[in-house]
Amino acid sequence: METLEEIKARIEAAVSGAQLEILANDSPSGQRSLLVDDNHALTVAMFLRNDPGLQLDYCSNVTGVDWPDKVEKIKTKVKKVVDGAEQEVEETIEKMTPGFLEAVYHLYSMSLKHGPAILRLRTENRTDKVHLPSLTPVWRGAEFQEREIFDLYGIVFDGHPDLRRILMWDGFKDHPMRKDYVEPDDYEYEPTPHAEVLEKARAHLPQPQPKEASA
Amino acid sequence: MIDEGLKSELSKQGIFTTTFNELIEWGYNKGRANSVWPLQFGLACCAIEMIAASMARYDIARFGSEVFRPSPRQADLMIVAGTVTKKMAPQVVRLYNQMPEPKYVIAMGACAISGGPFKQGYNVLKGIDRYIPVDVHIPGCPPRPEALLHALMTLQKKIEEQHLTGPQQARHLNPEAPSEFPVPEYGEHDLVPPKNEAVWQPPKQAKDDTQGNV
Repeated sequence: METLEEIKARIEAAVSGAQLEILANDSPSGQRSLLVDDNHALTVAMFLRNDPGLQLDYCSNVTGVDWPDKVEKIKTKVKKVVDGAEQEVEETIEKMTPGFLEAVYHLYSMSLKHGPAILRLRTENRTDKVHLPSLTPVWRGAEFQEREIFDLYGIVFDGHPDLRRILMWDGFKDHPMRKDYVEPDDYEYEPTPHAEVLEKARAHLPQPQPKEASA
Repeated sequence: MIDEGLKSELSKQGIFTTTFNELIEWGYNKGRANSVWPLQFGLACCAIEMIAASMARYDIARFGSEVFRPSPRQADLMIVAGTVTKKMAPQVVRLYNQMPEPKYVIAMGACAISGGPFKQGYNVLKGIDRYIPVDVHIPGCPPRPEALLHALMTLQKKIEEQHLTGPQQARHLNPEAPSEFPVPEYGEHDLVPPKNEAVWQPPKQAKDDTQGNV
């Protein structure tokens, strides 16, 4: 298969206005991926599937990733005038990187026997702007997996033919795979509580009665 | 009524005494205990062991329980074989409610009795005994077919010891005792209610493992 740079250049030539970015991967696998903007995702996906040199006709896996808001503390030394004398004071600035949700598509070619090419789509934030274009019209196999991401991460796929929860029931409100999900508290009986479970179970233990002061 | 001491003395001399009630009870319970028809449903890997128990090698037919019924209305025994997810729990309770009395429940495997390896998950019920009364619990992950047969024999013993009359009367003969239990509903975050307090309550004894096993 062509390198990711070549694919990127060819997409840019074929789909005007598409904003693409190659994301590095520091893990041992070193599989890099292609970040695609929401507006051109469907056209880019069509190109990847139909291009005679790529023919990425098989979407093997779609998965979600939750990137919560990240707060970094950056220490800087600032010169300030304290009590008439100039001094170097250390200041801490909190830099907040807003979080987002991500859908990752792994694409292979059955006819040319190559792959994977990895596509990533990102939402604007984790709260209200969680819409992404559905790629189910391009790869039908993505249907259930996009439903699963909708269920567990809360990404809304526009253009999906049947977007309902798939694992949890319909009235369920939470998205359990998000990092900030709080599970229901049913730790009232733990035969062998330990570590985190002990902390949760402790809230259900009968509180020790305060000893009455004997007169 | 014959005095218990005299009865025992007579039996040593080879004289068997009984009452009409005892004889009826013995025959009735023996008959019931040896044709316990289970409801045919499995939820996870435990079901594979249940199927193995029903096949030739372990042969649950030796205990009169080979007739797995596909309808709850023809079943006496519910073998809860596997993980009960919160999405599945209302259906399990509904099936139990549809079974005619007398009915019994075997909770098979770690998941059915406590949630097992998934008990800290958000989507698994921590034991089916939170919603329906369980007669026999089988530990194991999954339990071997022998364990299921042992549970069945334990249940048979329990059935044989049930009384038709008197203060120790069996549950199913008591019109006051409930034979149906409320089906939990799907809530926004969890099942509502998360447990049936009338059926299950956490043990009174507190387990605070602060002595260093952390």
